[in-house]
This record gives sequence, structure tokens and C-alpha cells, in this order.
Amino acid sequence: MSWGPIVEGIGEAFRLIVSGDRVVLEIALRSLQTASYATILATAVGLPLSVFIAMREFPGRRALRFFFNAMVGVPTVTLGLLLFTLFSRSGPLGWLQLLYTVPGMALGQAALILPIMVSFVVSAIESKDEELRDLVRTLGASETDTSLAIVREAFSGVSLALVSSFNRAFAELGIATMLGANISGVTRVLTTAIALETSKGELGLSFALSFILLLVVLGLNYVISLLREGTT
Amino acid sequence: MSNIGGFKVNRNALIAAFLLVTVIAGGLYWNMSRPQTKESLIVSSTTSLYETGLLDALKTMFEKTHPEYNVSFISQGTGLAIETAKRGDADMILVHSPSQERGFLESGSGVNRKIFAYNFFIIVGPEADPAGITGMDPIGALLKIRGEGLAGNALWVSRGDNSGTHSKEKALWAATGLVLDEIKTETMEDSGTWYIEAGAGMTATLQLANEKEAYTLTDVATYLKNYKNGNIELVKAVDSGKDTLNVYSVIVCDPDTNPRGMFEGSMEFLRFLLTDEVQTMLVTYGEDEFGSTLFKPWLPELEDPDSVIAGWVEEYAYIDGSECPTQYRKEAAGLYR
Repeated sequence: MSWGPIVEGIGEAFRLIVSGDRVVLEIALRSLQTASYATILATAVGLPLSVFIAMREFPGRRALRFFFNAMVGVPTVTLGLLLFTLFSRSGPLGWLQLLYTVPGMALGQAALILPIMVSFVVSAIESKDEELRDLVRTLGASETDTSLAIVREAFSGVSLALVSSFNRAFAELGIATMLGANISGVTRVLTTAIALETSKGELGLSFALSFILLLVVLGLNYVISLLREGTT
Repeated sequence: MSNIGGFKVNRNALIAAFLLVTVIAGGLYWNMSRPQTKESLIVSSTTSLYETGLLDALKTMFEKTHPEYNVSFISQGTGLAIETAKRGDADMILVHSPSQERGFLESGSGVNRKIFAYNFFIIVGPEADPAGITGMDPIGALLKIRGEGLAGNALWVSRGDNSGTHSKEKALWAATGLVLDEIKTETMEDSGTWYIEAGAGMTATLQLANEKEAYTLTDVATYLKNYKNGNIELVKAVDSGKDTLNVYSVIVCDPDTNPRGMFEGSMEFLRFLLTDEVQTMLVTYGEDEFGSTLFKPWLPELEDPDSVIAGWVEEYAYIDGSECPTQYRKEAAGLYR
């Protein structure tokens, strides 16, 4: 009896995929959309920031590195709560009307994965030989060129950072719940849908959605790993 | 610098390691050494009941006179609360969804269903009341909200989670004659649907309605709690009445199908809910904190032959003519008339 929901879930997942269930498709696409926006945003902010931290000496550098390392483990509900109070109508950023929207959720997830991005990339850059870094510094004509060169050299670590950040955003629940409220047709994503079906006692369906989520993660990561192998 | 297991360590690292080990070991010891002599009674309940703090108050009262028990409440959505009990992970349920309670009894999972309290669902909304429903009856109000919703003047938020509250909402929409699946997808000019289907608990739904300045159905207790906390500024638009009755029942898990073996303890808790102590406590619970009581005791209504409420409850929350059909009663002496 206890294996029931899991077995039921596998069957249901198969059925949902094969029949191209529109609701599940919509939810899965929204998960991908939100996590992608978040990753792009976190990369845009995180890459330059990481290069800066890794390559420059400045007061508070160690503290900043420590801060980002520690924030990798921030509980999603806590971050979600903080952002909720900021984005709420009665909060300082309420005028942006980000609450209960996909951009709002993406922004929240970006904040969540930024520490992961920064920690990984800084680590990746610093693992490159000191001499290499100095070499790039001396050869580069401008700051931008140097930064780009460093990122290229450390690309293996950087791509790992991108993938890890995306995975984290895709599979998290706390931020999506607090900033999105799982609104049908607007902010419902795979993780919040799973939570809802679980609370309804629909364990089979929950498992089905979970399998689909895992399938997407595995599929995506496989494709990306092929990409990474193809680039040195 | 010493060399331990291949790692080079200095004094700071040694001190830090020592501290960590001491704290962890101390925590483990403290946790293990606490006396575990109490019997654990697990009550599966809904978020609406839990979020008001009533369950904690009941726990304190019960354990005072029954110190051999440690009562734990699992607060989940109604559907999951029932599922948890069916799977043998709880001893009894406290819920407020007569249709789902019937299913629970019929599946052979529960016995001795007993109503112990009631209150009303209310429709709350923005103070400005753009749909103009204040004081209307619930059915009329819903029709008006839908009308104003189509015109782009009002929004409605639904729990959307098959909870007791959601079941009530669905029943009310059914009474309006509208087909819920159709109106759910009606869109306003270009700003989406007027019917917002959250898939969330009562507090989260209230917050959503508050942010969107929308109307929603809520139980009076959760609403008052959030209002007093300053979480929301929504106000009561449609008050109590026959259509918005909210009835809380307790059902004990059938000892023949539940492996936990806590039937006796569960029955003690059930009878405890019907004592004068608890029924009287319900009369004033919440008064001080929220300026209004959150629940009403059921027994006074049951025992009053002229009670109007009892008539409403009979119509809405009785199963096959009684609180609990005879085939689902077990060692229930004195519980039913």
C-alpha cells in the first residue's frame, strides 16, 4: 500500500507526457521560464562581481567572500519572506508591482542563486594558477578584456556555476510560494503545484509532477553536459 | 602546526573542532536523555484550525488532566489531513468538510464522528467595496462580484486547494446557478481573469486578496487573527448566515484499520472536546485578543430544542440524518442521541 502513490505517479507521469497535458505543459514551461530569467539576471550581476572579487584587492574582500559563501545556504522561506515584505503594496518596492508575477519570482530566485554563482565563479577563478591570472592581467589591454579572458580560462568552473544556479532556481519552492502564491495560470510552477497536490492528499499526482520535474532537470543537464564537453 | 590524518592543523582549527564536537555531542546527549514515557497522540487537522492557536490551547488543557499523553497536531490541507489519517500516520482528524468526512467514514478509516464547534465563513473585501456587496446575502454577493468582475471593477480570490473552505466556496457558486469551471476562465479586457485561483492556505490566500484588493471567502477565525496582526486590511462584507455555516468535527481513526493503536486515547480526547470546560472555553476564546470570539460551542445548540443553528447544521453537516451513522460508531456510549 505504501508504494502505491509512487507507482501510480510513474504511470500518471507517463500518461501526462504522452497526452501532452496542456496544464502540466504550461506549468513546466513556466518553471523553465522563471528559472532561466533568474539565471540570466544572476549571471549578469554575478559574473562581473565575481571577477571583481577574485582579481582585485580591496578592504573587506575576505568578508564579502565569506558573506556570499554563507548565503549559499540561506533558507528559501526566509529570503522569500524578506522579499515579500519588500515587494508588498505596503513595502518600499511595492510600486514595482512585482508580487504574484513571474518577473517578481524570477527576481527573488535571482537573489537566491546569486551567492551560488559568485561562490562558484570566484572559486573557479582562484583555482586557476596565480601566474595565469597575472599573465592575463599583464597581457590584457583593458579591464573588460582581462575579465573576459579570465572567464574564458575558468569556463569549466563558470559553466558549472551556471548549471548549479539554474538547477537551484528550477527546483526551489520557498521563493516561488511566497512571491507567487501558486496562482493558477499565472504563477503556478512545478514545485508549487507539487506542494498543492500534496496538501490535497493527491499523492499520486504529486509524484507524477515530481517525476516530470526530475526528467526535465536530468534532460536539461544532460544536454548542457554535452555542450560543456564540446567546449574546453 | 600538527599533522592529523594528513591534514595540517593549527591551534585555532583544533579549538574550533573541539567546540563543534562538544556542542554536537552535548545536543545528542540532552536529546536522548529526556524521559520518553508519554504516549503520543497525533491529531491530523487543517490549517484553518491550527493557525488560530485553538489547537495549542486545547493541547495545554488536555495534557493538564491527562498528563500521560503528549498531543501533537499536524496541520495540513484538509485533503492531506484525511490522507495522513488513512495511511495510519495519525490517530484522529479535526476537520470542517462534511462531504470529505463522509468519504472518510465510508472508506472504513474512521469511526465516531462528532461535531464539537462551529462558526461562519464570511466574505471579506477591500474597504472601498467596489462591487457594492456589503450586507448582501452570500449568493447575491457572489453574483454581484462576478458581474463587477467581468466589468473589471472587482476581483475574487479562491483557495483553489480542495480545503474545507474551498468546498464551501464551490457549494456557494453552485447555488448561484453559474458553472464554476466556465466563470473561472472569464477574462476582463486585457488584464487576465477576475477569478484568481491561488493554490494556498487561508493566511496566504488572505494576503493575496489583500494585495490585489480582492474579495474572498474566509473562516472568521483566520480572518480576525490576520486582521488583528495587521497583515491585512480587508473588511467583512458579507456576514454569517445559513449558507455560510462552517462546522468542525472530530473523527477517530478506526482501530480495525489504524495500526497506531491509540483508540482509547483518541476517544479520551474526543470526549474531552465535549466537556463543559472546553465548550465554555470556546464561548470566550479569542475575545481578548481579537475583540470577537472565533468559535462557537456546538453542544448548547444540540441540547436546545428551539435552536435555529441546530436546524441549519442538521441540513448541512449531518450524514444520513445524524452526526454519525450507526454503522460507523464504536464504543460510543452516550455520545449520540
